[in-house]
Amino acid sequence: MTTDVSATRGRVTPGRGSGPRRGGSARGRGRRGDAAAGWLFTAPMIAILGVFLFIPVLMALYVSLTSWNGNGSPFGGGENARFVGLDNYTALFTEDGLTRETFMQSLGNNFWFVLFVVPLQTALAFFLALIVNNRFLRGKGFFRTAFYFPSVTSSIAISVVFIFLFANSGAVNAVLSWFGIDGPAWFSDSRGLFHIVAGAFGVDGTPAFAQAEVFGRTLWEWFAGPSVAMCVVIFLVVWTTTGTFMLMFLAALQDLPEEVDEAALLDGTSGWQKLRHITIPMLKPAFFLVTTLGLIGTWQVFDQIYVMGKGAPANTTLTPAFLSYKQSFTSLDYGTGAAISFVVFALIVAITSFQRWLLRDRDAAPRRRRRGLGLGRPVGSTTSGAAAEAGDRA
Amino acid sequence: MTARTPTWKLALFYGLLILFALFFIYPFFIQIATSFKSDAAATDNPLGLIPNPLDLSAWKRIFGIGGSAVPIMTWTQNSFLVAIVITAGRVFLDSLAGYALSRLKFRGRGFLFATVLAVMSVPGVALLIPKFLMVKYLGIYDTYTAMILPLIVDAAGVFIMKQFFDTIPVSIEEAARIDGASVFRTFWSVVLPMAKPALLTLTILSFQGSWNEFTHFLVTTQSPERKTLVTGLASLASGELSSGTQYPLKLGAALLTTIPVAILFFAFQRHFTRGANEGGVKG
Repeated sequence: MTTDVSATRGRVTPGRGSGPRRGGSARGRGRRGDAAAGWLFTAPMIAILGVFLFIPVLMALYVSLTSWNGNGSPFGGGENARFVGLDNYTALFTEDGLTRETFMQSLGNNFWFVLFVVPLQTALAFFLALIVNNRFLRGKGFFRTAFYFPSVTSSIAISVVFIFLFANSGAVNAVLSWFGIDGPAWFSDSRGLFHIVAGAFGVDGTPAFAQAEVFGRTLWEWFAGPSVAMCVVIFLVVWTTTGTFMLMFLAALQDLPEEVDEAALLDGTSGWQKLRHITIPMLKPAFFLVTTLGLIGTWQVFDQIYVMGKGAPANTTLTPAFLSYKQSFTSLDYGTGAAISFVVFALIVAITSFQRWLLRDRDAAPRRRRRGLGLGRPVGSTTSGAAAEAGDRA
Repeated sequence: MTARTPTWKLALFYGLLILFALFFIYPFFIQIATSFKSDAAATDNPLGLIPNPLDLSAWKRIFGIGGSAVPIMTWTQNSFLVAIVITAGRVFLDSLAGYALSRLKFRGRGFLFATVLAVMSVPGVALLIPKFLMVKYLGIYDTYTAMILPLIVDAAGVFIMKQFFDTIPVSIEEAARIDGASVFRTFWSVVLPMAKPALLTLTILSFQGSWNEFTHFLVTTQSPERKTLVTGLASLASGELSSGTQYPLKLGAALLTTIPVAILFFAFQRHFTRGANEGGVKG
């Protein structure tokens, strides 16, 4: 990415590139009319992004400092939109109360969600990519299409299908009954996964060691794990995102130099050794890309939650992103809702920066430029350029 | 697996792989089959792929035959209207901006491009309340304008076009410019025709994105007349519009929502795969 930006700056970095600079008159000054045309061509973009993105974010930032209830103008002050300073933020973190309790629960829910989804989708995507990449596989196109198709359809439409599949008398429970398993009432079961496991070992209620409270919730509550209802959402999201990530791994796999393969073959390595010591280390950038995108996506989960119960049962599928919406548009507490959305924002920016920091050495090293379309993210642009090529080859 | 793998291993391998493929496609088969079942049959035999007896009442309701409380045809019209206008707008405006960022030299260009990159990394869910505030402030809440205008340019599309124009050699345009063609003329008649592959990718991605869009319409509209298939389906599914489970109706409506994108997908698969690798991923 870095190389790319500076290379296109042309005039700002004089003498860049090799070869004689052509006709100083025409190019050096920039053609007459270029400046005007440049601003004219970008004007719609600037206007739309400014009016519907930049200014609104500032507006929301102000609203997060008020107690606006949806009546009248949020900027007028008065009873409807009192300026409350950082109250909305402190209510989320430091004040004991319902707001903090709900918010902390949503954070906990989302944390478990991320902890399950990201490793699962990464592992499954990698596994499928390895298979589809096999040189001797027949029907490659069919399998790739089958795995990828769920990724392109509407998340709402897919969620509706899953509501049916996981209904009490639905397909999943029907399959489970073949094995003599009495499936749960998926969408109304609020028991945490780890609580269920603990219950199987005879731990009932809150054990003494887990009664300490952190942010208004006991450790026992924090360590509940995803509820049964949340497991359906986990399953759904893994199912719909795997295909996309598989393509990214596939692109990276196809980009591996063949000499490595041959060398490994000559050295007599087994398939497993090659995978562990050669393929996986060489795919590190792809793994970084996939986990970053996974982390960004999973902290924003919204559509599926909206359709599959809006936080029910017992708020165990509530996520901060959805809570921000619910707090604003249902509870008409726009100040708190906006504050939550900025916390989510900050969280995602923090995750991305952390990833970028992990990758800083890699970025500093000179990289091979790939042709054509890259990815507008700081991480792994090489991989995605390669991904674009794999798409072409497909 | 190599060329000399024994047959039983191959069989096992393909067996497993087909099982995996079924795991990804079977839900769609169930969806199609169930939309042709009666409410009772849908829950009695949720796995069955052959609707027996065949029941068309869900589809009749979807197409509004015999009157229906659920105006799915209105949603469909809205979906098409909004998706087509947004797609047309994006293809034109994104390539205009992308061309300027790639080719035209003006002060502030580097800054503009950096801004586009920054905008691409803003998490969408953080924009729900901001968009709502602005749309209210402008007095366009619950209008087609509010649904379309904010989405008519997107940073990711500008980025794709800019990257594409970077790969086209300058010499051809230079010739046109020396012949005295204006900047816009050069862009329109010389550059755009060369950009067909990128334009096609952008068209498909824009259509898919705006057709599947949910959160933006959720916060900028309210009335039933403005519902798209996606927002309408969401309210249908969360029980706002109906009583009882009505699985055939819901799955039929979900199928209707899936079909246009599915057709595009099977016709232009490689443009999707390319887009997936550039535009990032929805959660």
